[in-house]
Amino acid sequence: MMDDEVNTTEPGAPRDCSETLRELDVFLDGELSDDQQAAIRHHLSGCMDCLGAFDFHAELKTVVAQKCQNDEMPPGLLAKIELCFGTDFDGDGQIG
Amino acid sequence: MADQATFAAEAMQYAPQLYSGALRMTRNRSDAEDLVQETYLKAYRSYHSFTEGTNLRAWLFRIMTNTFINSYRAKQRRPDETELGDFEDLYLYKNLGSLQNASVGRSAEESLMEMLPDDEVKQALEDLPDNFRLPVILADVEGFSYKEIAEMLDIPIGTVMSRLHRGRKAMQKALHDFALARGLVAAQENG
Repeated sequence: MMDDEVNTTEPGAPRDCSETLRELDVFLDGELSDDQQAAIRHHLSGCMDCLGAFDFHAELKTVVAQKCQNDEMPPGLLAKIELCFGTDFDGDGQIG
Repeated sequence: MADQATFAAEAMQYAPQLYSGALRMTRNRSDAEDLVQETYLKAYRSYHSFTEGTNLRAWLFRIMTNTFINSYRAKQRRPDETELGDFEDLYLYKNLGSLQNASVGRSAEESLMEMLPDDEVKQALEDLPDNFRLPVILADVEGFSYKEIAEMLDIPIGTVMSRLHRGRKAMQKALHDFALARGLVAAQENG
């Protein structure tokens, strides 16, 4: 029923491909309103081209997040921080 | 008002994330270690000003981002407003997407995860100029919202969005160039 109310000025109004792709970043960043998200999802449910682009970028975001925070912390770093405060942060009974 | 006695229990769990973030910002291990130490020292000293119940991780990243901008960026003498080239939207998707779809017997996500080696992804991010790298680190690696990033970097939300958009595109161009250098993309011409 809501879908029948076509009004291009509303956030939840139907999107064409270029309007949908323009909102790709903001959609994947989770920064769209519920109405806007629903309108995008509605378009994606019927458009394999846009869905492919959205899937690709969603995966890329996951890849970047995973591959850019798998660094091993230098083993002495926590101890150095404890020394800065004279506080036993890791609770091992000694400072540093 | 937060009590310094609880600082360790609350804040130290974020050290690995802060260290990775610091590495992406400073691009070297020694500066990253110093940056994380300095961040914890500042955070400990001003912990009384932290409002309990608000996002401690965001607060720590805000301190670290400010520290980086105020000392490390100056030290590294990187140009402040480096211009990025402009690339078409969906650059990487258009060039890698068809390859990805051609891979058989794996899920798409595994495929992209395998197609892009860790060091190339890190390099593509670290090669971005500061103004673009910081928003991309905070959004795509650390998962902060536009509003949180705008506050951390003291820039309007619209600027966060445009820098993210351009930074991501430049990163995708770099990833494509790396793939090209490995001969991965050239194979497309035959098929």
